[in-house]
Amino acid sequence: MLRRFRLEEPETVQEASQLLARHGEAARIYAGGTELLLVMKEGLAHYERLVNVKKIPHLDEVKLTDGFVSIGALSTHRQLLFSPVVRRHLPAFAGMEANVANIRVREVGTIGGNLCFAEPHADPGTLLLALGAKVIAAKNTGQREILIEKFFVDAYETCLEPDELLTEIRVPRLPARSGVAYLKFGYLERPSVGVALFLSLDGNGKSVGDARIAVGCVGPTARRIQEAESLLEGKSVDEASRLIAEAGAAAARASQAISDLHGSQDYKEHIVGVLLKRAFRQAVEQCRQRVEG
Amino acid sequence: MMASLMSKPRGAQTIPVSFIVNGKAYELEVEPHELLLDVIRDRLGLTGAKRSCDVEVCGACTLLLDGRPVSACTLPAFEARGRQVQTIEGLAENGKLHPLQQAFIEHGGFQCGFCTPGMILAAKAMLEENPDPTEEQIKHFMHGNICRCTGYKKIIESILAAAKKMRAPLSAKRKS
Repeated sequence: MLRRFRLEEPETVQEASQLLARHGEAARIYAGGTELLLVMKEGLAHYERLVNVKKIPHLDEVKLTDGFVSIGALSTHRQLLFSPVVRRHLPAFAGMEANVANIRVREVGTIGGNLCFAEPHADPGTLLLALGAKVIAAKNTGQREILIEKFFVDAYETCLEPDELLTEIRVPRLPARSGVAYLKFGYLERPSVGVALFLSLDGNGKSVGDARIAVGCVGPTARRIQEAESLLEGKSVDEASRLIAEAGAAAARASQAISDLHGSQDYKEHIVGVLLKRAFRQAVEQCRQRVEG
Repeated sequence: MMASLMSKPRGAQTIPVSFIVNGKAYELEVEPHELLLDVIRDRLGLTGAKRSCDVEVCGACTLLLDGRPVSACTLPAFEARGRQVQTIEGLAENGKLHPLQQAFIEHGGFQCGFCTPGMILAAKAMLEENPDPTEEQIKHFMHGNICRCTGYKKIIESILAAAKKMRAPLSAKRKS
């Protein structure tokens, strides 16, 4: 049962920030509610006030700028799946969105709500890590840009200050000769393991330029695994594909996997390696298509 | 005791909600924490949508909000302000079953019926954006609607049959 709360409906980011500042821990942002209302119904959390930010204009826009794709925090999963900008410039992101939870959650849940709730078993954060995204946090007095690596602090915890709102996600546009894959595995509604890989090839298309590897769902937060990335960077594609099992093992070790209802630590670590291998093949294929195309 | 717990405390916040349910206009006052499922079932008496898992997983509480499926068990009723709600009760027109309802009966998609209202509403939303889905596309769209009685084969067959029937008048129009 959902306990009583008061609803605030600010129409600007400033008003929302002021409400958060005034009410502190007793208030929480409502941006879709697909996760927040579940914990409130279960009695795991109670807030005296919910601050519905859906009346603030323009927060659900998706735009292409010179350097990046700008995603408004109030965009629903379903909007992002169908956004022409996302489909064209970040096809892996659209693919990930097509498989978040179920159709009803995708219709209502927002990307900003998803990231701010910081549920460990979520897809978008992991992929955004591999995409090198940044988020914009706004408050009454201004705004700041945060690297997504710094954003997730712990399970259900972000680095947002009490009076800050996440307003926008900035995803760098993909360079030529690059590929991105996000693969997940799980037999419950929420994924047990998520692995994301961004790969770019150098000028002649023969060797790996940048690699970004992220693992999510297995432990408290999604994380970049630089040990695994550095195994691949600068290597020829053949060499990198020989090293991918080693990179998978490094990613698994550094992923902070824990045993829980979604599987044992060993099991999750094994799946990390399997998914990274598959993600590598997909990403290389995309790199080559983009070279040839 | 129960009555005093359930009654509205003095000074409780209420939100006016004007919305259309199955083509009929309603104006209600709801409290912020009231869920759409409870308002539809308890105040409007439309009990087709069921409370089952209560955590947005099973789809038994599915309603269409502006034509799109939502979990009414976890959606505050204020979200329906100014919008169109479709429940299973509003699907038949002039005593004639919707092609999806008819197909669920004819093809055995209708089992105990607890999940059926949600299945049919979700399928309706799917067919509106994709009138000619493949079996794979049906599975993907419908995977959030769970049937605990049987498998999904008959449900998928029912949806495919309804889709074909619903396309028929379209293609007849195209030909003429």
